[in-house]
Amino acid sequence: MHMATVLTINGETKSFDAPPDMPLLWVLRDVLGMTGTKFGCGIAQCGACTVHVDGKAVRSCVLSVSAVANRAITTIEAVGNTPSGAKVQKAWLDAEVVQCGYCQSGQIMAAAALLAATPNPDDSDIDAAMAGNICRCGTYVRIREAIKHAANGQS
Amino acid sequence: MNAHNNVSRRALLTGGLASGFLLAFHLPLRAAPNEPVQPEDKTDGKFAPNAFIRIDPEGLTTLVMPQVEMGQGIYTAVSMILAEELDADWSKVQLLHAPANEKLYGNPIFIIQATGGSTSVRAFWKPLREAGASARAMLVQAAAAQWGVDPASCTTSKGAVTHKASGRTLAYGALAAAASSQTPPKDVPLKDPKDFVYIGQPFKRLDTPDKVNGRAVYGIDAIVPDMKFATLAQCPVFGGKIGKVDDRAAKKIPGVRQIVVLDDLVAVVGDHMWAAKKGLDALDIEWNEGPNAKINSKAIWDDLRAASAKDGVVAKSTGDIAKGLASGERIEASFELPFLAHATMEPLNATVHCKPDSCEIWTGTQIMARVQSEAAKAAGLPVEKVTVNQHLLGGGFGRKLEPDMVVTAVRIAKKVDGPVKVVWTREEDIQHDVYRPVYRDTIAATLSNGKIASWKYKITGAAIIARWLPPAFQKGIDIDAVDSATDVPYEIPNFHVEYVRAEPPAIPTGFWRGVGPNNNVFAVECFVDELARKAGKDPVEFRRGMLANQPRFLSVLNLAAEKANWGQPLPARVGRGVCLQPSFGSFIATVVEAEVDEQGEVNLRRATSVVDTGIAVNPDTIVAQVEGGLIFGLTAALYGEITIDKGRVQQSNFNDYRMLRINQTPKIEVHVVKSGEAPGGIGETGTTAGPPALRNAIYAATGVALRRLPIDRKLLAAGKKA
Repeated sequence: MHMATVLTINGETKSFDAPPDMPLLWVLRDVLGMTGTKFGCGIAQCGACTVHVDGKAVRSCVLSVSAVANRAITTIEAVGNTPSGAKVQKAWLDAEVVQCGYCQSGQIMAAAALLAATPNPDDSDIDAAMAGNICRCGTYVRIREAIKHAANGQS
Repeated sequence: MNAHNNVSRRALLTGGLASGFLLAFHLPLRAAPNEPVQPEDKTDGKFAPNAFIRIDPEGLTTLVMPQVEMGQGIYTAVSMILAEELDADWSKVQLLHAPANEKLYGNPIFIIQATGGSTSVRAFWKPLREAGASARAMLVQAAAAQWGVDPASCTTSKGAVTHKASGRTLAYGALAAAASSQTPPKDVPLKDPKDFVYIGQPFKRLDTPDKVNGRAVYGIDAIVPDMKFATLAQCPVFGGKIGKVDDRAAKKIPGVRQIVVLDDLVAVVGDHMWAAKKGLDALDIEWNEGPNAKINSKAIWDDLRAASAKDGVVAKSTGDIAKGLASGERIEASFELPFLAHATMEPLNATVHCKPDSCEIWTGTQIMARVQSEAAKAAGLPVEKVTVNQHLLGGGFGRKLEPDMVVTAVRIAKKVDGPVKVVWTREEDIQHDVYRPVYRDTIAATLSNGKIASWKYKITGAAIIARWLPPAFQKGIDIDAVDSATDVPYEIPNFHVEYVRAEPPAIPTGFWRGVGPNNNVFAVECFVDELARKAGKDPVEFRRGMLANQPRFLSVLNLAAEKANWGQPLPARVGRGVCLQPSFGSFIATVVEAEVDEQGEVNLRRATSVVDTGIAVNPDTIVAQVEGGLIFGLTAALYGEITIDKGRVQQSNFNDYRMLRINQTPKIEVHVVKSGEAPGGIGETGTTAGPPALRNAIYAATGVALRRLPIDRKLLAAGKKA
């Protein structure tokens, strides 16, 4: 048996059994039932699984639970409680970014982290922060537009 | 039925019209983990005049969605069409996924219950309007009877019937019971489009609010009490079987519960996907690869080229092609497109609970009823014992027009005690797709007076229709494979199209976003550009000259040229390319502007599409679909290719099956032309438009006439010429 693991997710303490090498993605989805964070590739190529660890966007599919003990984890379910997350979610709906929506949890987490660190990103900042997130529906034009909209404080 | 079907939750969400009022809207939200819900479709006490509309005594209006939502915005468009003719109160609309029922929800174009081919609005435009208008008429009859007035003296608006003369109004909810006993009218009149209040307005999508906060539930998110998690490996060689499996190491992995070995696949069942995945990696599997282990891409292409040298079945012939081609210089070219994977962002999955006498499935599919019947076969049960709970789809693109991921999950679940969620790894998804077939097209033409005088076009490739919809495969012609080949926009006196069916060995092939027109629009529009050059004409001018009787094509072409600054000077190695297409009942012109650097790398600068799709139900969705469709097509043109070696797919994940990313995305402008014509299809149009427009931009920038996709950078490096 493995030791109980304790993580702080969206401000709540969660205790569960999991092997230490288990990626955070599967803890969220399969152990805790928090399915907003998505599985896309399993090799940090698509960004669908993006969450925040201490405010930074990371790929939860390759991040073991043992690496995030004592860190503050935020997921799509609670990112709306942060100022940048709320702005991004609103901008996403205002610009009607979303199509199938499967990648958008990850896109929103990446954009929220970008805006928290860089309140007025230019195109190259957006490229650098968002190029790791694939959208198969091709919503990139609107993602760029929505990030700028959110940055302009139109919340 | 299981108890969870009765769990439903109403969510009040901000949305609706631009003015932004509260919208009561249901999607299959989860009240809590372990409670996946499909809101129930009970009609007791409700006015339920047809398959699509339920109105309860409180006026809550439930619209049943006959087409599936995979990102294309169809739930909103279908709701707008129904609500328009019903004069529903948009703030009281809730949605329900249709259950598996071919009779009630079959797509009028395919007959079967399928969402694809950009058909949803075209196929359901009339039936949905009639359903709404008929329900409205019954509500009016009920109110008129109650008031003792002529129904013709009553009006409807926002979910209520009004008799103006007497100043009386009754809400639809209050009329629900009385309307149920009214007889549905025959030949109900439909609104004059000038009276539309919803259709044509930019409505906010109904499905998106829950997609920005993690609450939307896709098939892969279904949670069933006590379910286990599984992932699988099929033989890497198509058609191969399991030889021996040594599972000793896998069984030692914490959380691994069971190894399921079938004749052609092995699945590991565990407490979570991580245990299942680690367990799978720890298996020592010996495969019987079978005869397909010798197949490779070179042999497939050799076979396809040999097949394309044969005569085909004539799909269309007007004028005298033999005489036409004999008079004048014969110009010829061939075009080739590769296998492609779909790579929906949501990896393939299905959650299944098989019991001795029933089977319940949670998934997102484009073919509800077929999934139900195929699952029944796999489970060995009568079809009525199989329940399919539909979900939102994290992309479809044609992959979920196939039932294999559900059938596979059922076969695994039969060996598992309790429910099991089967999720494919991305590698399994890429390597066991049902691929867009390889195609080879040849065209021969002659010119006369600066116009195309004769055109002989032969398409060689798989007949997907023959497998997927056999009754539609007639006289050896695949109607999908020749779609957009037989109806090119241009007036050509001697015009001839042939089709050669050539099935690649062992590689499963199926529909991929853009379907047949992907291939045909590419070949046609690339070759038209080559003929323009031969005729010494500008590509737009050349096309215009053959569109005298095609006002809708001419108008979108002219506007696209204007919006894209066609003819304005560009820097060296930058070009513009045009594509004009008739596909899916829409009239679309697209201009792509691209730069080719000294190494042959292609940078997208700008894309402009002008769309005449008839009546635009929800105009912003049309813009979004074309924007996204262009990205999908440009991705394929720049990177897409599945190759085969030793009977197996060589690509495995997004590292080697690349996708376009935001930093490579050009500016995109989409202009929707106002039109009163019947609606066309839109979901796949951008995908068919992108590749030929890009290829023609590269042709303009470099003079190199590429004839295969994906683009070959080696041919484009500085100094290379066609």
